[in-house]
Amino acid sequence: MVGAAIAYGLGKRGARVVVLDEGDTAVRAARVNLGLVWLQSKGDGMPDYGRWSRRSVDLWPAFDAELRELTGVATELEQNGGVTLCLGEEELEERARTIRRMHNQVEPWVYETEMIDRRHLQSLMPKARLGRDVVGASWCPHDGISNPLRTLQAMHAGMKRVGVAYRPDAPVRSIGRDGAGFAAQTPAGTFRAAKVVVAAGHGIPALAAQLGLQAPIRPERGQLLVTERMERILPFPAGGLRQTADGTIMIGSTREKVSSLDTRTTTASAITLAKRALRILPDLVDIRIVRSWAGLRVLAPDGFPVYQESESHPGAYATFCHSGNTLAAVHAEELAPALLEPRLPDRLAVFHPRRFETMQAA
Amino acid sequence: MLRKLPDPAGGVVTVIVEGRPCEVGPNDTAAAAALLAGIGHTRTSPVTGEPRAPFCMMGVCHECLMVIDGVPSRQACLVTVREGMRIDRQVGPRALQPAGADAHV
Ligand code: FES
Repeated sequence: MVGAAIAYGLGKRGARVVVLDEGDTAVRAARVNLGLVWLQSKGDGMPDYGRWSRRSVDLWPAFDAELRELTGVATELEQNGGVTLCLGEEELEERARTIRRMHNQVEPWVYETEMIDRRHLQSLMPKARLGRDVVGASWCPHDGISNPLRTLQAMHAGMKRVGVAYRPDAPVRSIGRDGAGFAAQTPAGTFRAAKVVVAAGHGIPALAAQLGLQAPIRPERGQLLVTERMERILPFPAGGLRQTADGTIMIGSTREKVSSLDTRTTTASAITLAKRALRILPDLVDIRIVRSWAGLRVLAPDGFPVYQESESHPGAYATFCHSGNTLAAVHAEELAPALLEPRLPDRLAVFHPRRFETMQAA
Repeated sequence: MLRKLPDPAGGVVTVIVEGRPCEVGPNDTAAAAALLAGIGHTRTSPVTGEPRAPFCMMGVCHECLMVIDGVPSRQACLVTVREGMRIDRQVGPRALQPAGADAHV
């Protein structure tokens, strides 16, 4: 997702780009994503990430329209707002505290998120009868959803239209300097380029080290449940539940520590998810679960994005983040042009992984 | 084209397909009953509205979703008929029915 957005953004600005990819066996976060275009929880502790996320949700409508026009593929973007639901007074107080803290870190225009009570919430989603534990929510009018599979498909079709070469048969085995540029060894041969952007998600650590880049990535497993199709009851994403254009409700998602790239689902997680969903929407009780799957979030130690240019290998970059869907628009429209500049601009310095050194020291 | 094999067990069960009584074998599925009743399509797609009918008859394709005894979106090919069973088309997406008082709330 991150790589496709960057490649599309580079290609449409006239850069000559080849995407070296792993094919369909890759552990691809884009395929398991809930598809939120989500602002209200992003950036607690890193105000620039909040602003960056806001920028992306603002860019999304034009990004979606441009891709649709260019490729005929709709990302199914809906920006009808979104809520984080609170079950019980304790969650409500905790959420209110978080929202207040985040507002205090940035300009008021960034989040525009407010706490609403149960009655207000129910009036915003009249077709979804709320369970009695739902006492309130935080509401952000800028939140939304897209279909991540369609988004990825649209970006790939867009890449093609703007002349980006795509090589799913060329996973990079090793990479290093080659004259003034770089050379990547793959089963499909050697590829040379003046610049390289490593955006390989969980594949980054192995490559980053060869380019003097840091990639302190940990995988976090998220399992979700998918229901059968039904009438539209959710006008916007609510508390980890979202309804797709086709009518299925996706119930997300767990946060599980894993030590390896293990995407197995567990019954225990399915039960946790189903129980919470029923506390939110008791009428789901007769609805069938048709699928469940798990994916691996790509997380830095603080959960914020990492954009870095190598000091030892100028022209080599590492990029990774957890919110590839939310940030797709800003990656294509702002990160990509930044990567075309001679050096990574200072305004992105805050996303450099050197912040983890101070984190450790503190 | 659709022809029913003789059922060695014999016997007759009457089901109500789209409001009309229909006699079928005791081991037939609700999907088979719908085909025998000749109602044409058995559901409409919630995505495109297209008419659809049972396809695999073995629980894989989900094309046979019907309302059986009032329960929406059941796979009719996996349900064995019963005397008096009501078998109706699933038209568009299923509704969300209010949970009973005993539901977990
Ligand atoms: S006919 Fe295919 S699942 Fe029933």
